[in-house]
Amino acid sequence: MSPNKLAQRRYLWRILAVVTVYMVAVVIGGRLHHAGQLSPAGAVAAALVPGLCIAATFWAIGRFIVELEDEFMRMLMVRQSLIATAFALSIAAIHGFLSSFDLVARIDAYWWPVSWFFGLGIGAAANRIRYGTWGQCL
Amino acid sequence: MKNRLKILRAERGWSQQVLAERLQVSRQSINAIETGKYDPSLPLAFRIAELFGLTIEQIFISPSQD
Repeated sequence: MSPNKLAQRRYLWRILAVVTVYMVAVVIGGRLHHAGQLSPAGAVAAALVPGLCIAATFWAIGRFIVELEDEFMRMLMVRQSLIATAFALSIAAIHGFLSSFDLVARIDAYWWPVSWFFGLGIGAAANRIRYGTWGQCL
Repeated sequence: MKNRLKILRAERGWSQQVLAERLQVSRQSINAIETGKYDPSLPLAFRIAELFGLTIEQIFISPSQD
């Protein structure tokens, strides 16, 4: 198996583990919270675990970039991530100012990482247009 | 950067996939290099040159001489 395939396989396993923990934490934490069965310390844990799972996703993507041995694919991945970052931060900034002027509703900050993941799709499309390939599938 | 990679590959009857496997890169990398959309790093350029038994200058055309 090629080094890139190995890197991709490791990435998928890491993401699978993170998503599993995330789903379990969100479902169990949400149910306990709605049932009023969370202590203050439990609430902190229930809130931190999903957030740390999102952080772990960024770590997994970073490791994937480091472990990719195909320099062209690595360049595409970095480019895709930069476009996603620019997209998410731009949307966050625009929304922040709009909400400061009470023009739009305030939203939970965890939507910004979600917009970053959406931005990865935009980055992949940009790679397809510029280089003729979507790059590595994330 | 223009290059002679496609010609050299065709002379040997190699597909992009075969060349990619010999260089341990993706087929997309070969395509991007051949079409001039991506300039390889110096280490990869050396690997390409060594595979064809040529110098880097015999494969890649300097932009100043283009």
